[in-house]
Amino acid sequence: MSLFGTVGIILQLLIVVALSPLLIGLMRQIRALMEGRAGPGIGQPWRDLRKLMRKQPITPRGTTEVFRFAPPLLVATCLAVAAAAPFVTTASELDPVADLFAVVALLTLGTVALALAGLDTGTAFGGMGASRETTIIALVEPTLLVAIFALSVPVGSTNLGAIVTSSLDDPGQVFSPVSLLAAVALIVVIIAETGRLPVDNPSTHLELTMVHEAMVLEYSGPDLAMVELASSMRLTVFLGLLANLFVPWGIATTGAPLVIAAAVLAFVAKVALLGACLAVGEVFLAKLRLFRVPELLAGSFVLGLLAVAASFFLA
Amino acid sequence: MNPVSGALLGAVIVGALSAVAGLLLPRPARSAVVGVGIAASGVAAVVAGVAAMAGQGASLALPDLLPLSGVVIGVDALGGLFLAVTGGVAVATGIYGMGYCTGGRHGHRTDGRLVQATLPLFVLAMMLVPVAASVGTFLLCWELMALTSLLLVIAEHRRRPAVASAGRWYAVMTQLGLVAILIGLLVFVSNAADGTFAALRVAGHHLSPTVAGLVFVTTLIGFGSKAGMVPLHAWLPRAHPEAPSNVSALMSAAMVNLGVYGIVRVGFDLLGGGPNWWWLLVLSLGALSAVYGILQAAIGTDLKRLLGYSTSENMGLVLIGVGAAGLFASSGDGTLAGLAMAAAMLHIVNHAAFKTLLFQSAGSVVYATGRRDLDDLGGLRVGMPRTTAAFGLGALAASALPPGAAFVSEWLLLQALIHGLPAAGISAAIVMPLAVAAVALTAGLAVATFVKAYGVGFLARPRSPEARSAVESPPSMIAGMAVAGAACIALALLPILVLPAIGAVAGGVVDSGDPVAVTAMTIRLVDVAGSLSPLMLAIALVVGLAATLAGARVFATRRAARAARLWDCGAGPLSARMEYTATSFAEPLQRVFDDVVQAEQDVDVTHHQESSYLVKAVEYRRRVPDRIERRLYDPVLAAMAGWGRAGRRLAPGSVHRYLGYGFYSVCALLILLVVTR
Repeated sequence: MSLFGTVGIILQLLIVVALSPLLIGLMRQIRALMEGRAGPGIGQPWRDLRKLMRKQPITPRGTTEVFRFAPPLLVATCLAVAAAAPFVTTASELDPVADLFAVVALLTLGTVALALAGLDTGTAFGGMGASRETTIIALVEPTLLVAIFALSVPVGSTNLGAIVTSSLDDPGQVFSPVSLLAAVALIVVIIAETGRLPVDNPSTHLELTMVHEAMVLEYSGPDLAMVELASSMRLTVFLGLLANLFVPWGIATTGAPLVIAAAVLAFVAKVALLGACLAVGEVFLAKLRLFRVPELLAGSFVLGLLAVAASFFLA
Repeated sequence: MNPVSGALLGAVIVGALSAVAGLLLPRPARSAVVGVGIAASGVAAVVAGVAAMAGQGASLALPDLLPLSGVVIGVDALGGLFLAVTGGVAVATGIYGMGYCTGGRHGHRTDGRLVQATLPLFVLAMMLVPVAASVGTFLLCWELMALTSLLLVIAEHRRRPAVASAGRWYAVMTQLGLVAILIGLLVFVSNAADGTFAALRVAGHHLSPTVAGLVFVTTLIGFGSKAGMVPLHAWLPRAHPEAPSNVSALMSAAMVNLGVYGIVRVGFDLLGGGPNWWWLLVLSLGALSAVYGILQAAIGTDLKRLLGYSTSENMGLVLIGVGAAGLFASSGDGTLAGLAMAAAMLHIVNHAAFKTLLFQSAGSVVYATGRRDLDDLGGLRVGMPRTTAAFGLGALAASALPPGAAFVSEWLLLQALIHGLPAAGISAAIVMPLAVAAVALTAGLAVATFVKAYGVGFLARPRSPEARSAVESPPSMIAGMAVAGAACIALALLPILVLPAIGAVAGGVVDSGDPVAVTAMTIRLVDVAGSLSPLMLAIALVVGLAATLAGARVFATRRAARAARLWDCGAGPLSARMEYTATSFAEPLQRVFDDVVQAEQDVDVTHHQESSYLVKAVEYRRRVPDRIERRLYDPVLAAMAGWGRAGRRLAPGSVHRYLGYGFYSVCALLILLVVTR
């Protein structure tokens, strides 16, 4: 195992864990400023996590291990992806272990754990959230995989490192129709997967509209902290993938300390920029009805399909 | 005698002896002895199959055993794979059946003489189908398999009327399937020197394209209906759930595979591959089966029926792989064809493992509660922790998530499909993305299906008194589940153990080199870039889990946990009627796919007499009819019933009329003879 790869993995894990609550804070702060509020500052999610960690754990009666192990498993899936994906370096030792399909499946595993936890409580809210979330996952999957297909065609591989390296070697590829169509399809998918507006509103607790929040309603204290941390890590990971699959510039391909530092900065800047764009967009959006979401995803599926067709006919 | 023929002979003898034992032994010992016999015969079949996959062929001709055609047995690598899979399923279900057949508190006894004597014969027939090496032998074994399975499906027909109806559907469709296979193979044989597969192989290369196409399509109809291919699947979601659960496991995990075996044997081996359109047909039917099957499963609420539809789905995925392999082979891309075929075969093995486990745990639920409807279950984790764990393991394996077994095979399938884009021309450019989307939608809906089945059926609160008082099944059933569960875990974490052998078989079928290379931990594709390590993924997850728990220990408060009431909006306590049920869980999906599913819903609102604003009762009914069945089968059945009624008018019971029929037909015959001579 090379030193460079190991350092890369550790750095990626540290960045994702430490900075993802800040990303949420940044997005909330931007929303607040645009809506004319002062906002709590970007450090608020970390302060919330610290507060939750100090609370006494509460076990709802009638729940089992499925409920208790869902939050750590959710965090673990995010950690595994953060270690394997090319965020800071392309030289992750885990790159041959997991490709884009595996990364997507790992993140889905986390959601499934949470959905089962929601059902395990046996409350109407838990079941409602689980039902809605699995419906969205089922519909997201075709779009997601077709977008991955489109990305992999020019490269001839679904391995993350290979896709990133290929974009680095041939910068013109980024502005090809294939890449742009796939990027738009992927953005819609990411919004659905991370539960942002207009698919789900992360700041609502109204039973008519809750999706993610309904599943995690019974969590409190340290468990809730884990769920919150995991959902912010999930957002960071997805935005990071989006950034580096399409605009990989700045990623470290050699082990020089300066290059790595620059790569860290580039990654943070890209994710922050994407998060800011998302936050600005959300100010102007209302949540869609649950049964309008399939239409949104169908549109994105068509874009993905067009991307694959384009990659064949333009090649 | 080489190991293959020795082990095969052993399997046959042990199987036949257990059938005799089932007929002769008294009740207390019967199911135990038969179960052990089936398991032993399964072990022998696994040995024979594995030895055959390792390259030790065996063949045997017994011309005097049967009149006209004789019996010809030949074991090659392809047959060996299916033999081994059938044997493996037989081991797990044999052990399981020892306890299951005694019936339990709410289940039904199935340890009668007839059932116990038929069970080993059914297993034996399934083992002989893939080793038959002549058309006569093959059809004989195929029919034996169909008849014995029919007898087993209707084992409980006295207790539930649905069983009899399922039996009728199965009987008619399986015999029609046999007719289709018979026609196809007879046309084939008429162009060959004799009925052995060796002669057919020679003749296959000289057939005219029309005849070859006819043979392929007719056999595809017969074999496809056995594999539960949509639209010929109508019997499967009826017969599989109504059979006793050990039989369901055998049918769903082993028998349907033989349909795929038939398609591969005839299409690739005997006919030597074919033009593009054959395989496009197979691929599209596979995609249709996969999506339609899992959609019905996602909406269904009957636990065993849902698993039956999931079988249709998984065979659909296998057929996508087979179709893609044929497509690549016909465009001359050997390695990709091998990859697609290896994916299909690995999925067959995986499906056999997890479907055995799932049907066994569903059977364990029936044994303990007598109920199959998910809306009546729930809370089983308290009374039946081992069954719950088994079903959870099977559900993880079936839903194509890491670390599960189906994830590896679906990953291989997706890799074959996405690398096939540049390989197979313009038709591939249209088909491959759609096939990827179909596989993806299937995977997504499978997640929803199994979250529903596991979350609603086993977690949460019990929804019926039977579910509340459920107790764990006897040790033999647990042991059967443990065998299948161990196979699931091994296939999920260490697919590298079986992949080289399966890759060699697949490569042999499509005449290419090994499509997959394995290193100590990683699966690597040959010729195309792609790698995956299921074991390392699982390790990464475990390490991540450990790190998270350790982190939580360090940073979280040390105070002991306090038990508290669930959030009940202050109105508590929550009752089981307030939970989400399987029906309500699937409602969003049902709405989204309403154009396809077309569920029938009735809402009856009864008002008080005094005021129409006051509601007395609301009654809600929902039925999800199989729409393909309704559109395709109902008109045919109605027409046949109509003909029957019309024919009845010809037979009013008057002797004079019947004598008249005789007179006129003799006259007509005489006139015909005069005219033609």
